[in-house]
Amino acid sequence: MSEQTEYAQSEIQSPTAFYASRIFIYGALLVWAFICLFPIYWTISTSFKVAVDVTQGHLIPWVDFTPDWRGWRSLGLSPDTIGTGSTVRDEFMKRFMNSVITSISASLLAIIIGSLAAYGLTRFRYKFGFFKNEDISFFFLSQLILPPVVLALPFLVLYREVAMLDTRIGLILIYTLTVLPIVIWIMRDQFNSIPVELEEAALVDGLSIWGAFFQIVLPIALPGMVAAFILSMVLCWNEYFFAALLTSTNANTIPVMVASQTGSQGINWWSMAALSTAAIAPLAILGIALERYLIKGMTAGAVK
Amino acid sequence: MLPTDLIPESRKRLGRGLVWLASLVLLAVFVGQGLYKAELTSFGFDTWQPLIYFYVLWGIALGAGQVMTRGEDGYKALFLLPAVLFTIAMVVFPTLFGFYIAMTDWNLSSFSGRTFNGLDNFWQMLGDAYYRNALINMLIYVAAISVEYVIAFGLALLLNAQIRARKFFRVVFLLPLMLSPVAVSWMIGKSLMEYRFGPLARLFRWLGWDTPAFFASPVSAKISIMVLDAWTFIPFMMIMLLAGLQAMPRDVLEAAKVDGANAWQTFWGVIFPLMLPVSLTAVILRIIFKLKLADIVITVTSGGPGGATDSITSFIYREYRDRSNVGYGTMLAMVYLILIIIFVTLLLKLANRFVRNVT
Repeated sequence: MSEQTEYAQSEIQSPTAFYASRIFIYGALLVWAFICLFPIYWTISTSFKVAVDVTQGHLIPWVDFTPDWRGWRSLGLSPDTIGTGSTVRDEFMKRFMNSVITSISASLLAIIIGSLAAYGLTRFRYKFGFFKNEDISFFFLSQLILPPVVLALPFLVLYREVAMLDTRIGLILIYTLTVLPIVIWIMRDQFNSIPVELEEAALVDGLSIWGAFFQIVLPIALPGMVAAFILSMVLCWNEYFFAALLTSTNANTIPVMVASQTGSQGINWWSMAALSTAAIAPLAILGIALERYLIKGMTAGAVK
Repeated sequence: MLPTDLIPESRKRLGRGLVWLASLVLLAVFVGQGLYKAELTSFGFDTWQPLIYFYVLWGIALGAGQVMTRGEDGYKALFLLPAVLFTIAMVVFPTLFGFYIAMTDWNLSSFSGRTFNGLDNFWQMLGDAYYRNALINMLIYVAAISVEYVIAFGLALLLNAQIRARKFFRVVFLLPLMLSPVAVSWMIGKSLMEYRFGPLARLFRWLGWDTPAFFASPVSAKISIMVLDAWTFIPFMMIMLLAGLQAMPRDVLEAAKVDGANAWQTFWGVIFPLMLPVSLTAVILRIIFKLKLADIVITVTSGGPGGATDSITSFIYREYRDRSNVGYGTMLAMVYLILIIIFVTLLLKLANRFVRNVT
């Protein structure tokens, strides 16, 4: 009986303690939400400011300052310039398409060869000389600790020899390499969660190994593939180091363009803000829409 | 789809022949092109690019050979073959090539070209104070993860509490991770923290710091870089820890409550120990990502002031960009790789033992 009351007492806190903890929790949540959102808000709002608004630190549109399209006009993306020709916009769109093409192709390529390898590693026993399944898995996953800088200079030299410097295909291949371990990690987790009995039944029904893989396993593994894809997309889209070293004029991606603008002195804040906004917007929207998969990808294999 | 012992001997021979033929062709092209490049023969390709196509063809022949000689086992090997061949071509070969470059005196801006100089770069590295400085910086950056971990754990606990609009907060907290570090460099490093007009500088001035020049003194510059990097990467640890919290067995927490433990005791006695494996995974992954830190340093400070914020990657990047010193830069990178391998291996061993002792 006494235990019962004690339990009940600890359960029913005093109203003040309850409200204090509520206030603390929501207060902390709001503070961190502000920390996450303010830089983004600042960037987007600055792209609509003119010089005087920047120097005087105006923050709230229509109250503090009148929004102006100047930043977007300098990119050629404001309503009044969108129909006319603009060299800056052409430049921007070229970089933008480079980013889109390289990150999507690299993610797809990594998912194709990564899923195949992950499936093989979870289902079959391999033996190449001394290498067994565990060693092969480790070989793939250990690529994750390889710092980009180790490969950067050899690739610079090798790509020049094979005429792939400053090409999209060169970037695609190296991005595929950087996301491959993550894809294999996620897909291995995914395939492990699919019961083997499904494929055994399919094999009995006369499907081949590859037939069972394509017709039975792939449809079930689709959520994992989406998770791997969105995570790869984020990493490839934001990659800067290889793009800065291995491309110059043809295959530049958006981050390289942003960085080159950042370095120059006296660049207008509003143009820079518009450029940054345009660089982060596609991925931010995609990420918010597919947030569930992004989380699934990041937590794959973390919790047993 | 035949088991191995039912494959006719003729088919096996054909398969083996195919692989041998393909290997010979690949070798012949390689040697021929090498001779052409060394100007010993007049017949060859302009660049080495065709060799890639021949490598792909060789890979296809190898796959076909596997199927022909080993039947069902061959089909199974086909799953693994693309990834293995790709990784070998893209990692193993360039790394070996890198070790060779590391032992040459090769400056792209000098006319003498590359000459083999053995371990000279290595001896030069031992006396390089800037490299040592960058290594120490990396240690400090890695140490900063402990603070990131505390914040990430706190946020995960908050998100795991009984709250409304959980999905909204989760998305908002995750946002910084999706932003490109280069854009973040401008958004925060170059504009929010800007000395004259940045809101953060204004805030600090209002708080009483008269000259909020975040990147002027070595200490404040280092802290600023850490804050920038933490801002983008805290969500990563937070999400993993949140997954761990959500997977925690409910009955254990109930039991703690029944025993009359308060929130503080429950956290240290139950939640924290149960979260250790997830925490270690999150922290180790974070360390691995931290060791690659470069974008922010390159774009915000270029390593300054006086190398105070240099990471290894940004230092080597400048070694190449400003001085075109390919040979020396590669040696630095290779040494870094070896240090990382040793460090991470020790870390994994330690983590394994630690988890086993606690649980």
